Amino acid sequence: MKLRWLGGLRGLRGLARLKLEEALLPPVVALLIALLVGDLLILSFGQSPAAVYRQLLEGTWGNAYGLGQVLYKTTTLAFTGLSVALALRAGLFNIGAESQLAAGGFAAALVGLALPAGLPSLLVLPLYVLAAGGAGAIVGGIPGVLKAKFGAHEVITTIMLNFIVLALLNYLITTRYKVHDTLHTAEIKSGVLPRLADFYSPFHGSAANAVLVLALVIVAATWWFLFRTRAGFELRAVGLQPPAAEYAGVNVGGVWWHAMALAGAIAGIGGLNYVLGYKHYYEEGFSAGAGFLGIAVALVGRSHPVGIVIAAVLFATLSQGGLAVNALVPKQMVDVLQAVVIISMATAVPEVRRVLLAVRREAGSGKREASTAPPNRTPLPFSRSTP
Amino acid sequence: MIRLTAIEKSFGPVRANRGASLDVATGEIHAIVGENGAGKSTLMRILSGMFRPDSGRIEVNDRDVTGWRTADAIASGVGMVHQHFMLVPTLTVTENVTLGAEITRRGQLDLAKARQDVQALVDRTGLVVPVEHRVAELTVGEAQRVEILKTLYRGARILILDEPTAVLSPPEVNELWRVLRRLRDEGATVVLITHKLDEVMAISDTITVMRQGETVGRLKTSDTSPSEIAKMMVGRDVVLAGSGRVPGEAGRVEAGSETSRAGALPASRFSLPALEVRDLRVASSRRANVVDGVSFAVAGGEILGIAGVEGNGQTELIEAIAGLRAATSGNILLAERDITRASVRERGDLGLSHIPEDRHERGLVLEYSVADNLILGQQHHFTKRGALDTERIGSHARELIGTYDVRPTDPALPARALSGGNQQKIVIAREMGGAREFRVLLAAQPTRGVDVGAIEFIHSQLRQARAEGKAILLVSADLTEVLALSDRIAVMYGGKIVAIVDGMSATAERLGPYMTGAAAA
Repeated sequence: MKLRWLGGLRGLRGLARLKLEEALLPPVVALLIALLVGDLLILSFGQSPAAVYRQLLEGTWGNAYGLGQVLYKTTTLAFTGLSVALALRAGLFNIGAESQLAAGGFAAALVGLALPAGLPSLLVLPLYVLAAGGAGAIVGGIPGVLKAKFGAHEVITTIMLNFIVLALLNYLITTRYKVHDTLHTAEIKSGVLPRLADFYSPFHGSAANAVLVLALVIVAATWWFLFRTRAGFELRAVGLQPPAAEYAGVNVGGVWWHAMALAGAIAGIGGLNYVLGYKHYYEEGFSAGAGFLGIAVALVGRSHPVGIVIAAVLFATLSQGGLAVNALVPKQMVDVLQAVVIISMATAVPEVRRVLLAVRREAGSGKREASTAPPNRTPLPFSRSTP
Repeated sequence: MIRLTAIEKSFGPVRANRGASLDVATGEIHAIVGENGAGKSTLMRILSGMFRPDSGRIEVNDRDVTGWRTADAIASGVGMVHQHFMLVPTLTVTENVTLGAEITRRGQLDLAKARQDVQALVDRTGLVVPVEHRVAELTVGEAQRVEILKTLYRGARILILDEPTAVLSPPEVNELWRVLRRLRDEGATVVLITHKLDEVMAISDTITVMRQGETVGRLKTSDTSPSEIAKMMVGRDVVLAGSGRVPGEAGRVEAGSETSRAGALPASRFSLPALEVRDLRVASSRRANVVDGVSFAVAGGEILGIAGVEGNGQTELIEAIAGLRAATSGNILLAERDITRASVRERGDLGLSHIPEDRHERGLVLEYSVADNLILGQQHHFTKRGALDTERIGSHARELIGTYDVRPTDPALPARALSGGNQQKIVIAREMGGAREFRVLLAAQPTRGVDVGAIEFIHSQLRQARAEGKAILLVSADLTEVLALSDRIAVMYGGKIVAIVDGMSATAERLGPYMTGAAAA
């Protein structure tokens, strides 16, 4: 008996190290696998992988313009990734970030067009955030309510709502709000946000803007909400073990729809990046798949706000890098590479973790006693990452 | 002929089978009985090839088949019918029966032939089901017949059934017995797992009794009685010919006890009722009245034990009192205040503590740290300016970990990493310890799956709470535990309380007939 506890303590000393190892090693291995597949792809085009990767890095992190573009794309992906991740933490799969993003952007544009020109940004920014977040919350909240009240599966309803909302926005733009001969609204004159180039001229021409700061604030706020508030505690409990959450007095249905509305709001605020920071109008199709890519960002970022930022940078780099390497290989190669990253994350991460744990058990057998707990029953392969 | 010898099987630190054995002759109906966790299902899964034993020997028809796999078992005519149905509801009976062994003609399904074959099997065995109906349209009894048909269709001559009557109504049970006898008379061998003694007596030719992973006896049904089997299952005062056991001290003296019928409860010897349940009815997804008009009261300073075979409404009763399941009618009163419609949180704040029966499902969030699990359900009392008060959560955890001897002692460790006994201590500590002011404790299977040391600790905690004037409603599938702790014992059968007896004078022998429905009020 005594020996057993001593063994337990010995295992504890390196707990923090083990946790970090468990969090980092699997995604790194998965990325290496993706790079290897990328090598094969590049070779199949008769190019040197080293040359292509160098070109990719030079075109993104190698100059201020490229970096600015990466930061701009990172901003939108951080919002949509965070949106998907928050829902995942509540055990829900939000496929609707695409239309939530678009709805947020559209609502911001409507507010902007209604405002008198020349109001200071700081004064009207809360109004824009409220409008974009509110629109996103409605689009995200509807599937949440349908799930809580009728048990309708959120994957189906968010996908369907994407079609409905995007078609509705298209209709409103083409019939009512577009400027002649374009597919966008008139320009917003009030409270638009500065671009990074306004502060540091080498960024000139790149789309990166002050919404980046807003994104970081919301990332930090989401982290605080998830891991430091009672609501976050309850939300994560619902995502991990609904029966235990119910036992703890949590209204599971209520958490579902609140989480979806909040996820929608985050994606909706992401619409400001384009509308308020970059073009200063709403344009049909501006979301351009960023909502769907947010699913990949959440997956690779393991539903953790810090992971989301890292993953958003990764995918933004790949997406911008596709343009940089266009001369050497078709830029669609980067789309394939993104897909490979997603697939290797989904398959290699659990596999590497399994091997890692097996190796540790092997090393610790005889010293530590295994837990009697049943294996982790995970509704989604990536919804239960440890913070 | 089936012979299992010295079977050992462990799952982590849990030894499910320790030297278990089984001997079944061809053409008999053999019952395996034992309490929950006695290792019955594990032994049968080893026989059917789902698990490999750590050691031991399996022989079927004089062939050593140790370590075979499910496919080998099926090929040799050994088939298992599981407790939970494994059917595709949208497919027809014929399609379900032939699934995995489909009849094809030139690459296409030959459904006409399949239907003929399945109908022939139905006619031969008497397992009457409409072969062209979808499984979703069938009753539970019919669905089970489809499961048996599936196994027979694959040529099983040795049929293993895991608690086949758990979901059946009495007429359906009788129908099942008729079919099993017919199969036996045609030369099949039937092994069935059950913990209902009346069924054992009704259907089996021979019996194996298991306790704590061991085989404690093999009996001929015609030579034994339910009380003898019950004694062997429980493990007290067992005098078994040839077993070499020495008779222990005589059991509790059975004298002067009074058994009353449900509805007319013997007056509690204690103060005012802390918890009162009046004519409570609760529905489950399967049955309308899974709790069927239950009334009782528990006073402060009293432990009311609920005995009964699992699945007789105990789970639903506890969930209804805890607020996790709606009552269809009746009332629940906590300190004379009606809480029938109150939320889980309101009940908790009014002084209701709850040790849930399944700590992995409800009692703990396994990925959460020990500290977080120690506030589960009371998280609203651990906030400061809108955020969780991590400092107080930490000191709360350190205090409870110390008092309740939770090991390892690191509050940041995920609950998953602890042993079953220590996980249960977390639940006990949270529901009973620290600043928790509770009046009534619902303790459902409080010692399930924990080691002996933890059992003693938990029992002493329950006794101490009673001494402090708390009212405790104890539900346990372990009759020994109910007998050891309770001031009064209520027996549940078929959703009703069929008897309430005085704890001092109760014995397994006296409760047995009520638990198995043989002496229903």
